[in-house]
Amino acid sequence: MSAIKETEQDHGQHHHHKDLAHHFDTLEQQHDANTLGMWAFLLTEVLFFGGLFAAYTIYRYKYSAVFEEASNHLDIKLGAINTVILILSSLTMALAVRCSQTGSSLWTGRWLLITIGFGLMFLGVKYFEWKHDYHIHLMPGKDWSGKDWWHWQYAKQAKEMEAHSKGAEHSYPDRNTVPPDNDPKFGVKGIQESQQARLFFLLYFCMTSLHALHMLVGFVLIGIIAYFAYQGAYSPEYYSPVENIGLYWHFVDIVWIFLFPLLYLLGAHMGH
Amino acid sequence: MNHDTHHTTGSKPGFLTSYLFSQDHKMIGIQFLFSGLIFFGIGGLLALLVRLQLGWPDGNLPYIGKWFPQSWGGKMSPEFYTMLFTMHASIMIFFVIIPWLTGTFGNFLIPLMIGARDMAFPKLNMFSYWVMWPAFIIILASFFVDGGAASSGWTSYPTLANVGAEAGLEKLPFKPGDAPTSYTVFKDDAFNSPAAPGAGMGQIFWLVSLIFVGIGSMMGSVNYITTILNMRAPGMDLMRMPLTVWSLFITAILQALALPVLTVALMLQLLDKLIATNFFLPPGGLSFGNWHTTPGGGQPLLWQHLFWFYSHPAVYIMILPAMGVVSDIIATFARKPMFGYKPMVFSMAAIASLGFIVWGHHMFQSGMDPRLGTGFMLATILIAVPSAIKTFNWLATLWGSSILYTTAMLNALAFVSMFVIGGLSGIFMAATPVDVYFHDTYFIVAHIHYVLFMSSIFGIFAGVTFWFPKMFGRLMNEPLGKVHFALTFIFGNLTFFPMHILGIGGHPRRYYDPTIYQYLENLQPLNQFMTISALLLGLTQLLFVTNIFYSLWFGAKASKNPWNCNTLEWDAPSPPPHGNFDQIPQVQRGPYEYAIDGPMDHLTQSSPAVDGGKIHE
Repeated sequence: MSAIKETEQDHGQHHHHKDLAHHFDTLEQQHDANTLGMWAFLLTEVLFFGGLFAAYTIYRYKYSAVFEEASNHLDIKLGAINTVILILSSLTMALAVRCSQTGSSLWTGRWLLITIGFGLMFLGVKYFEWKHDYHIHLMPGKDWSGKDWWHWQYAKQAKEMEAHSKGAEHSYPDRNTVPPDNDPKFGVKGIQESQQARLFFLLYFCMTSLHALHMLVGFVLIGIIAYFAYQGAYSPEYYSPVENIGLYWHFVDIVWIFLFPLLYLLGAHMGH
Repeated sequence: MNHDTHHTTGSKPGFLTSYLFSQDHKMIGIQFLFSGLIFFGIGGLLALLVRLQLGWPDGNLPYIGKWFPQSWGGKMSPEFYTMLFTMHASIMIFFVIIPWLTGTFGNFLIPLMIGARDMAFPKLNMFSYWVMWPAFIIILASFFVDGGAASSGWTSYPTLANVGAEAGLEKLPFKPGDAPTSYTVFKDDAFNSPAAPGAGMGQIFWLVSLIFVGIGSMMGSVNYITTILNMRAPGMDLMRMPLTVWSLFITAILQALALPVLTVALMLQLLDKLIATNFFLPPGGLSFGNWHTTPGGGQPLLWQHLFWFYSHPAVYIMILPAMGVVSDIIATFARKPMFGYKPMVFSMAAIASLGFIVWGHHMFQSGMDPRLGTGFMLATILIAVPSAIKTFNWLATLWGSSILYTTAMLNALAFVSMFVIGGLSGIFMAATPVDVYFHDTYFIVAHIHYVLFMSSIFGIFAGVTFWFPKMFGRLMNEPLGKVHFALTFIFGNLTFFPMHILGIGGHPRRYYDPTIYQYLENLQPLNQFMTISALLLGLTQLLFVTNIFYSLWFGAKASKNPWNCNTLEWDAPSPPPHGNFDQIPQVQRGPYEYAIDGPMDHLTQSSPAVDGGKIHE
């Protein structure tokens, strides 16, 4: 019976706390539930990206040579810069969580905004990278055809020429040029390899844009929580929203840590 | 006490917030019950049309023939028929059985049975129901789009489902394999598929609808896992939870792990159809008459792997909650403790974990290394062990008991006996050499209907009858319920059992007109018999609907605990108010303390301790 009494008291006592929702007994239970809920959600996210990683693995295994060559068309430098930016944003997010636990509302809000800043930098770099990808015909749109493989051979040469004559103006071949029939790089094998390369870029765009979408969602959530942090909503007793958005952000970060080597570093040994 | 601003269930809600945009887990459960009922009707009608076609493939039907468009010549068109069986399965699986089991029972029962005031995340719970509505609307709208609803089977295999005009189709002047001479621009007309009419826009609607279902189920499963792990009343150890809660917990984990994979597969197929990607289109290209797809690098088998990685666990998502529900009902009406409570829990966990490594048994015929096939076969046959443990434990619980034959109990007993038939035919299918013979015949149709209709649906009938008084404060009509049970049992068996015989006779599934094969002609009378039984089975379900609506208003008023059951939900008033319990119960013991001193004597989970402490563990 004494146990029952204790729970009653707990219940009555904590109902006064402004942050405790009606259906929870204690703040601790509420915090545990929120954290567990976020972990369960991240579990579903792992499997969600997992489907794409499975598709990637199968095609990487089947078409490894083409995938490596295709990977060479991505800009390792931009990818590496973005990796550093994201890791920094994870650091600032961790600092935000720490500040919310120690009760420093002002710095919680500041670190959260800085995290958004790093995130925006990442997307900014990504924007210019995608734009460049589009310019060099890596966009696997529905007008992607066998020609692209042929273009690549020329693009590759152009790239090599670029390396030799730094800064010189060069142009990629016109998409509408019909390649010569007797070109050994072309033909049915060319079309098939072109489609396999297209799969690589499909996966590249799907995975990076799904990742970017998660970042956009993160911006909104972090922004809301930063607002509440400035309002002084969080205290050492109640900081689970900050902690949970931190978990989410670290997850988004980790996805990128996997994406970077899988997409950018495949052909790195081919000497570009 | 500043209640109203901080919690959702304590304030007096208006009509909208209490019936439509409710965050109360009980109302959300009831919403799932009624929307499931609507789709049960739709899915059932589709099935009856399938049966009509199979019974009388020449279309020589009185009255019904007149309803079909003139252009079909007084009978069903083959395209319409393929749409019927595709949509029947899709609706029954994604809009009836899963929402009923996890949506209705999960939402209504979990907080009540573990002694919580609500789900951990009530808002998320509300969204999990409301994202179902776009799914409902889109799947219903898909019947009216150009080409009709999806018609590539509920498994939606590429290349049939995948090929659309947008999906990389062009009128190439060369056949795949020949050397190309020139290039043409890709066609841009609508979303027609040369493969099948329903593989165009209908398929796109189907994909989008299921993505919404996936998001809703994901929200639900996160909520169930958190609620069960964090919101249990004091004293409610994991090993004191009712088996219903255990089954829903394990199901939620299955859903959380398997469903995202289906969602991403659906998205990839959607991209294939919308922006002409080639994730699932084969390397050599495809030809349909004058149409050729571009040779691509995709693998149709990838879809099968991703799809079955979800859809095999989904089979357990569709049976485990029914097992839990039936366990509780059997213990209650056998008035005996559940025989082997812990083995029941562990066997459910074993079924669930084995369920993740057996998806390949759907693909024995799709081309697979025999060594891999053997692994899938052995893992699949292994599932018979935990399933048998469960069956024998149910039988041992019933053994020597004085059974109360209520409607709920009759339905639960039907679950057990029909699950044995469905389970045994499952072992046939699991063995690769046998499956090679049975694959895509009516044998698999018999198997799935014994498991999903004759088992899961009986489990649902049992559960709805059992918890109806808790949901609405009134009992369902017993005589009507018993008539419904008896007729469903008879007509269900008459409909589905002959399917085994058809399957062994080599009758393929999904055929528009089996009579074109001479060897199937002698099976045609059986087909007609099954059709008549199916029509009667369909009519019988009207009794269930009638019983629900009659009892809603005219049923006998239910007391707090009409079945003398032990679990916590019977401590709450019928129906429970917002917040469920006046006082959060203190749990003293496990849920199956029946027949302490004579069959009607029992100890509820929360009644104060006797003999100075725990009685049995």
